[in-house]
Amino acid sequence: MESLKDKVAIVGMGCTPFGEFWDKDPVDLIVDAAYEAFEDAGVEAKDIQAAWVGYTSPDTAMTGIILSSALQLQYIPVTRVENACGTGAETIRGAALGLASKTYDLVLALGWDKLKDAGFGGIGQAFPGKWHPVYGAAPEVGGAVARYALAATKYFSEYGLSPDEGKRLLAKISVKSHYNGSRNPKAWLRNQLTIEQVLNAPMIAWPLGLFDCCGVNDGASAAIMCRTEDAKAFRSQGDYITLKGAGIACGPGWGKERVNYGFTTWEETEAAARQVYEMAGVKNPRKELSLAEVHDCFSIAELIAVESLGICEKGQAKEDIESGAWEQGGEIPVNISGGLKAFGHPAGASGGREVYEFYKQFQGKAEDPSRQLKDVKLGLTHNQGGHPGNFVCGVTIVGEPPSK
Amino acid sequence: MPGIVSYGAYIPIYRLSREAIGAMWTKSLARGEKAVANADEDSLTMGVEAVLDCLNGMDRQEVDGLYFATDSPPYVEKQSASIIRAATDLREDILTMDIAHSLRGASSAMKAALDAVQAGSARKVMVAAAERRIPAPNSDFEASFGDGAAAFLIGDSDVAVDIEGSYHLSSEFIDVWKKPEDSYMQTWEDRFIRDEGYLKILPQAVSGLLKKHQLSPKDIGKAAFYAPDARTHATMARAMGLDAKTQVQDPMFDSVGNTGTALAAMTLVAALEEAKAGDRILYATYGDGADAFLLRVTEQIEKVRDRRGIKGHLASKLMLPGYGKYMEMRGLMEGEAGRRPARRSSLPVIWRERQHLFALYGQKCRSCQNIQYPRQRICIYCQAKDNFELIRLSDRRGKVFTFSMDQRAMEIVLPKVFTVVDLDEGGRFYSVMTDRDTSKVEVGMPVEMTFRIQLEGSGLYNYFWRVRPIRC
Repeated sequence: MESLKDKVAIVGMGCTPFGEFWDKDPVDLIVDAAYEAFEDAGVEAKDIQAAWVGYTSPDTAMTGIILSSALQLQYIPVTRVENACGTGAETIRGAALGLASKTYDLVLALGWDKLKDAGFGGIGQAFPGKWHPVYGAAPEVGGAVARYALAATKYFSEYGLSPDEGKRLLAKISVKSHYNGSRNPKAWLRNQLTIEQVLNAPMIAWPLGLFDCCGVNDGASAAIMCRTEDAKAFRSQGDYITLKGAGIACGPGWGKERVNYGFTTWEETEAAARQVYEMAGVKNPRKELSLAEVHDCFSIAELIAVESLGICEKGQAKEDIESGAWEQGGEIPVNISGGLKAFGHPAGASGGREVYEFYKQFQGKAEDPSRQLKDVKLGLTHNQGGHPGNFVCGVTIVGEPPSK
Repeated sequence: MPGIVSYGAYIPIYRLSREAIGAMWTKSLARGEKAVANADEDSLTMGVEAVLDCLNGMDRQEVDGLYFATDSPPYVEKQSASIIRAATDLREDILTMDIAHSLRGASSAMKAALDAVQAGSARKVMVAAAERRIPAPNSDFEASFGDGAAAFLIGDSDVAVDIEGSYHLSSEFIDVWKKPEDSYMQTWEDRFIRDEGYLKILPQAVSGLLKKHQLSPKDIGKAAFYAPDARTHATMARAMGLDAKTQVQDPMFDSVGNTGTALAAMTLVAALEEAKAGDRILYATYGDGADAFLLRVTEQIEKVRDRRGIKGHLASKLMLPGYGKYMEMRGLMEGEAGRRPARRSSLPVIWRERQHLFALYGQKCRSCQNIQYPRQRICIYCQAKDNFELIRLSDRRGKVFTFSMDQRAMEIVLPKVFTVVDLDEGGRFYSVMTDRDTSKVEVGMPVEMTFRIQLEGSGLYNYFWRVRPIRC
């Protein structure tokens, strides 16, 4: 088994602002993200030999044609992937495998979603009761908030936090994400919050209130990728990044039904992290990573993800959050972009958007200088679909190309 | 002598005060409260509760029939008894039937069961009655109607209450009626119904019964009988020569309300809870005539005491905050149109999973002994393939492992409490917690299973097991 490390480079990226775009349709989002990436890489649509597209919006035919028709790609292979909210990571991994196998030389990985045409907030049911009309239909097993809230309740109880203490701890995560997002021009929610505002917000699913939750919205992100040996044809050294590893772990599910599932660790995240740390040769993520963009669809999701990634010891998130270790200037900035919390979550686009954050930080192009990190070498992105006990998780590590 | 082998009852946890109804319509109403089925309950689920209460300590294998009486069935066409049988895990090769269209259904079912046992065609027959009628808003019925259920196991061994005899009267008298297209019950001027109906028909059957057994009213220890309200009940007792203080079992109008078909049956359960060996009880129902039974309590009654019955359920209650929630629970007002996709169901799935959905059978892995739900092909603990035995989980209890309370779920009683439960004897069950006081929900709290409407989709009631704090 060979590692993917440094075999593949990202030489161009695009990302639309994320938000509620009442005046844009999926084609607008796809074209905007793809053309930003094309221009960034200095390529044209006709140069793309194969593409991977990921999305979850159910109202379109579930194929790759949405991408080829939007961009007018002419009869090339397009693979449509979906891993629910973790779809973005899979588009990049799929594209990387196509390059590493040398089947293609220049590919596009694009994730998008258009969730605000549905008429309601939150993740819609693609197919009501598609799996089980009584036991498994989505409203019966709980919406995303209710399912993540199970983990928050258990985390509080496991680590001896009273509901008030637990909620206050989680509130600090949302305050940090909004602060980070407030300085990111492409973020959706750019208002800063206070802990009191978070604590006093309407309850959505106890113990998670409104500001513990990210909203779903519209957006797209795109990456132009080639093999590393070809990268210099597109950009100079120091201006592109390479893939250090891409792990995906599909859990065996049934956590809510299995007595040995604890709800306070994301096992899928641990497994995907193991895969990717081995590929990338990362021994001490907390020390080696310049930043981590983690899947913070809910405040509790960020907390448990950081612990499960091995960036923080289990049960120690409280110390980290209180000491500011995950803030800009802390030991390891987590969601310096503002995360899903500030960007919103067009499910298929978020994984690519996380990589885009590293890409821009690495290039020194964080736009607002106040949020530009220094000495950016290695970044981790974490993107997961499903819910506690039933995840598919993608962890991707990108970084500075090897010097030679 | 054949008779009642076991009994059980059910009263939903929610109560609505008559004051709250009066406040809604700015009128003053009689005292007390009425029992209101939760939004996830109907006559069928309440029937399941009463049958399970009645089955406590009984051998389910010996039950050869289930007759279910209600005037408020969930389906007009589609039997309820068959679903109750499946949920209570009675044998498949038994006679099930619904008895409807009359307030006398509970006693008709009892008579049919008695005849089957006497004829030797059944060893034991379960007889259940449940009612969840929806009275017209701002009607007299609205203040009086309550929801509840009762069940009796009829047999000829281990009999706790001998059925010494019965008397049956059929009458074409019309008092309360409802056509298929009617939303609510209709009736006539109350004075006519009282004088010609209640005060004549039921007393006539009782007097026929007493005459047949050469008894007089003073030979009756306790009388459990139907009446539409407390005042009529008292008048009927007088008409039958019964002493209100000593001979009449309280029909719970102030605490439960008029539960229709189930009322006299529930009143009988209340009487049995107090009864001693040798007591003679009169049980009489009304509707399109009357049925009257002469009962005699045996020593065996002491062996069937451990039931929630009326007393247990009455003591365990949650008050509805006001009329609005009741109105929403009974769908009395059209709400905002939903924007989320409509719920769907699938009959092939329900059929395929029937053992797992209705009687809540999970699996125990023969390789690693772990219990799991829902059913699997590959063990979720040890990955062994197809090596399971079925194990019923509906009568198991557990403790809350974690929970969340969703304020925005598609559910009438919010928040919807999603609950992960570790079962006391192994296995984990994930469902919704119902009949709960949200201020008391916590990790570690003990819960039990209850059969409810999990969702309505594709025009069907989809029944499934939820959990609730141990009721009483």
